[in-house]
This record gives sequence, C-alpha cells and structure tokens, in this order.
Amino acid sequence: MYWEQDKETMNREDLEQLQLERLQATLSRVYRNVPFYRKKFDEAGVDPDGFRSLGDISKLPFTTKDDLRNSYPYGMFAVPLREVVRIHASSGTTGTPTVVGYTKNDIKTWSNLVSRILTAGGITKDDVIQIAFGYGLFTGGFGHHYGAERVGASVIPISSGNTARQIKIMQDFKTTALICTPSYALLLADAIAEAGINANSLSLRYGLFGAEPWSEAMRTELQDRLKIIATDNYGLSEVIGPGVSGECLERHGLHISEDHFLVEVVDPVTLEVLAPGETGELVITSLTKEACPVIRFRTRDLTSLIPAPCPCGRKFIRMSRVTGRSDDMLIIKGVNVFPSQIEAVLFAIEGTEPHYQIVVERKGALDVATVLVEVSEAMFFDEMKKQNELMALIRKSLADELGISVNVKLVEKKTLERVEGKAKRVIDRREI
Amino acid sequence: MLVVKNLDVYYGKINAVCRVSLHVRAGEIVSLIGGNGAGKTTLLNAISGLIRTAGGSILYDGLDITKKDPDRIVKMGISHVPEGRLVFKPMSTEDNLLLGSFSRYSWGRSREINEDREQIYTIFPILKERRHQPAGTLSGGEQQMLAIGRALMAKPKLLLLDEPSMGLGPVIIKEIFRHIIELRDRYGLTVLLVEQNARNALRIADSGYVLETGRVVLQGAADDLLANKDVQRAYLGRDLDTEMDVQ
Repeated sequence: MYWEQDKETMNREDLEQLQLERLQATLSRVYRNVPFYRKKFDEAGVDPDGFRSLGDISKLPFTTKDDLRNSYPYGMFAVPLREVVRIHASSGTTGTPTVVGYTKNDIKTWSNLVSRILTAGGITKDDVIQIAFGYGLFTGGFGHHYGAERVGASVIPISSGNTARQIKIMQDFKTTALICTPSYALLLADAIAEAGINANSLSLRYGLFGAEPWSEAMRTELQDRLKIIATDNYGLSEVIGPGVSGECLERHGLHISEDHFLVEVVDPVTLEVLAPGETGELVITSLTKEACPVIRFRTRDLTSLIPAPCPCGRKFIRMSRVTGRSDDMLIIKGVNVFPSQIEAVLFAIEGTEPHYQIVVERKGALDVATVLVEVSEAMFFDEMKKQNELMALIRKSLADELGISVNVKLVEKKTLERVEGKAKRVIDRREI
Repeated sequence: MLVVKNLDVYYGKINAVCRVSLHVRAGEIVSLIGGNGAGKTTLLNAISGLIRTAGGSILYDGLDITKKDPDRIVKMGISHVPEGRLVFKPMSTEDNLLLGSFSRYSWGRSREINEDREQIYTIFPILKERRHQPAGTLSGGEQQMLAIGRALMAKPKLLLLDEPSMGLGPVIIKEIFRHIIELRDRYGLTVLLVEQNARNALRIADSGYVLETGRVVLQGAADDLLANKDVQRAYLGRDLDTEMDVQ
C-alpha cells in the first residue's frame, strides 16, 4: 500500500527532472532570500545560475550544524517570521539549540512525508496509534502526530514517560501501533512481561521506531515480544524532522523521499561524494522547504545507499540503517548529547578538574549514562557532605543542560584513562 | 509531454530566461506566473520556435524540438496563442479561424476542416454570431476567444496560452478561464498558461511555476503556490490575512 502511489513509483527520469527543477528554484530562492547562503555561495565562488545538472551539486558548499547554531535563532530563515507557523529546536553542542521553522506549506509537506512512511510501515486509517515520543520542541512527537492524523488513524498523543500509564492505555484504548524509540519499546516490553500481561492479549500490530540506532537483533526481539512488525524510520530536525526516510514492510533499507530531499553519501574526511553502496556520511539537500531550506547539510550519520530496486515497488532509493556517527555525538535515551556540552557544564563548576569521562551502558532496555569527574585532591578527601553536594550540583546542572538524567561519580585526579595526554572522553559499552 | 531543461534565452546581453527547467504532463494545465519582464513570453516564444535559444533543451513527447522551425513545431501539435491576441483585424472572424488550419490544409481535407470550424463555433457560440464581421470589430473578450479558436484549428495536443486575461474585464475573464478548463476536460488538451493574473491562473492549474527575472524561484502544486505567502504578497496583490480582519 502506498500513500502517494504516483509519486512513490515515479520513474527515474521524471524524478530527476523534478529534482532538477526543484533544486534550481531552491537555489535561486536561497541566494536571494538567505544572507547566510548568499555569503556562502559567494565565498565559494559558486553562481547558482550555473547549476544545470544534478551532478553540479558537488560544487556547492556544505552546511553544518555549527552554521545553524551560529545563526541562532532565525538567521537562516528564508521567509519573514510572520509566515512561520511552527518553531522547533534541537539540542546544540554548547547549550545553543538549533532552531527550525515551518510555513503552512512546510507543515503540509512534513505531514505528508510522515504519512508516506507510516503507510509504508503498514499503518492505515483503521489503526489506533500511541505516540510515545515527547511532544515539545523536539520534532519527534508532533512530526509523527501530524502524519498519523493525516493518514486518518486514531492518534493518542500520550508523549513519553509514565510506563504504567502507557501500558494501561495500550490495553484499554486498544492501541494497534506504537511509535517511540526502540529502547523505550523494549522497556515497555519488559514492563508488560513483568506485569504478567500476555502480549497476545494486546491489539498491537505495528511498531515504528527511530531517533536512535538499533540492531536487527533488537528488531527480532521487539517483534517477537510485542507481536508486531517493527520498522525503522529516520529523520532529523535540521532537515525536517521524522519523514526523511522509512522502511517498507520488506524491512530491508529505508526509502528516502527523493522528490523532497536530494541525498549524497560523502567521505567524512575528504568530503568526496561516494558511489552507491559505499558507507559514508549522509548529506541532505531540501528541495521543497520554504522556511528553512538546507543545502548539502552534513548529518554526521553514517550510512550507505542501496540502489537495487525494492520488491515493494517503490522507486525511491533506500539507505541502510544508520550505523554510527562521524562526530562525537551520542544518542542517550533518544536524546542527542555532545561531550562538549558536558565539558561546558563542568567547566563552570568549581571543584572539578577538566577531566571527565562519560560511560554509556545499556541496563536491560534503557541507556544508563555515568559521568566520571576528576576532582581535586582536597575535594576527594573532604567530607562526604561536601562531596554529595558537589555530585548533586553536577547531576542537576547536567540534567538541565542535556535534558536527560545521568549518574555522577567523583574520581581521584589522574585516574581516568589518558590517550596521548587527553582523557578518553567517551566509553560506549552498548552494542548496537 | 513537454520537458524543458536549463533553457537560456538572451536579448543581446540581457539574460531574459536563465536556466529554466519545467515540465508539463499530458492532460494538465500548468501555469507560469510572474510580473512584467519576468521572461514568461520569451519562454513561450522559445518553445514555439519563434526565437532562438542560447542553451538548454526542449523535449516534446521525447523529441528534441529546441532548434526546430516554428511551422514544424505547429505541425507536431503545439499551438501558440500569442500575447495581445493578434487577430487579423481586417479579415473576417471565419477567415481568421480558417487561417489557423493553414498547416493542415490540403485539398482532401477541406470537409474535415469545416467540421473543426463548426466545433469551434460550438465551444464559442459568439464567434458564430460574428462569423462574417471583421475581427477588429469584436470586443476584447471575443477576440481572445477567436485567437484561441484559431490556435485550436491546427488540432494541437499542447496549447501555449500567453496572458489570455490581459486587458479584459473580470466577467469575461471568468468565462475564458472556464473555456480553458473545458478544453482540458472535454477535449483532452494540455495547456501551458502564462499569466500575470496569478490567482485565476493558479486556480485552474494543476501545477505552477513562478518566474522572477528569468529564473524559476518557486514551483509546485497550484494549491500550494496559492497558499504560499510570497506568492500571495507579490502576485495575488494583497496580504489576505491582514485584510480579513476577523474579530
């Protein structure tokens, strides 16, 4: 079942003509309306009028998350603020979030793209959908919600948290589809088992999971334990939110909505465009966004393109599941965390040394992060009371900054492993 | 049906049309809107072969017509209703129509051509009333219908319509646009419509392109363009939200 059959099965020639037209229009528009891009193009010596084939995209400069951060808040908007009907934000590397805006048309496009993915994952208007992504500035909650509503399904905007209530509603409201992070789904599976509920008694049929990488083994476990068909979907707020790509029921690669996004995979170091099949960093250019178009945005997500045709009949190219990052960003409990954020917090707190380590493990279903902080000798041998106060202060400051709670442990100076004089910042013991 | 890629047209040094890419699918009405001097008429003239292009390609049903002569292009099925109508004023209405079939004319064909002429009269009854009058005595709206009828006499599959609403009053404009829809729905015609009257042009279109100083700056489904605030402000004449002051 397709959401937009004529578009999802468009032949390659028509698709490329559409991509060319849309990219040319976007380039003319951003050059005219976004000072940031005008400057970037001029500095790179690129004339948007010279863009005549899709291959020319390799001549265009990249856009990075730093660029968005430096334009905080509205520096990259291509339309006046009064035409922006929605504003979302995601975490930044040093406390400055990246802000994205949407016009009415953008919201319509976004909803439509999510509807495509939901339909590819098996959803129809007869489904009862429980959206356990947080509703707020993050795009996960609202993004899935608008797409699900557009499909005509019955949407329960339950948001995240309160596991007991999630399960009760799942039973009482007869939820047929669950949308959340895969690790939260696993947590729910555990809680359901613990409560002695037989998963067969639930009405669940589908699960659409994303916002963090997850393995085939995890998919099998979720499918077996929740009695669902589980599909992966991918998106990022800088590009639009959820809806960039999603698996069909074949569950062998995520179809990218190529009529709205032009994708490339580049070598993260040389920035050379790689051939389909090679693993590299995903770079995305928006073709239809009005408020916040992006040109060659470096997602830092590592993946590869799968050019072979998919048995489902969709002609859009697929990407493999995201295998990792080309930067140091972590995803903990579905939230993006940069080690530099932790560094900034610790820097501001007296009594801590500039050496820390973040250890991330998976206990059961959930991620557990522990920040080990080196403290001065004086502090280490000081009263327990002072130590506890410091730990509490660090924990609260980190929670405020990162949006998730982490454990804190104080350690003696020079005890953290050093690599070439610098402490090894991240130890990720989770196996994805 | 029509695929234009990276079309460039120069008037001397002036780049009137700059790397314009667009496509028109069979059975659709596609509207090209933009202000004065945006390059819309130049673009249509390039498609029908009246002016030379400096670069890019025009494919019609897969065939490259970029460098073809205009009469060849008419015979292939593209008719152009020019800006300002350009009916032959001293000639009668009926003769203007017959002239439209010039490219098809041959001895054996006259009965067929007369039948087509009668069909034009069915679509535009007022033309039948005025069939013997000199075209110059017709009103603006009637001349527009005559110009369209003349183009239809060549039995086109694709109609290029340049600013049909120009100089006409709102009531007659409505009628003309109704006819354009009828041409698509009943006669299966594909239409590339150029207009400064963006509202009407987008209302009847399936998709649209917005041209500014020779470049496409926006494209998409006609409904989306109507809802786009830039288009509203620049081409629909007003900021509808501020004017519709709902208490």
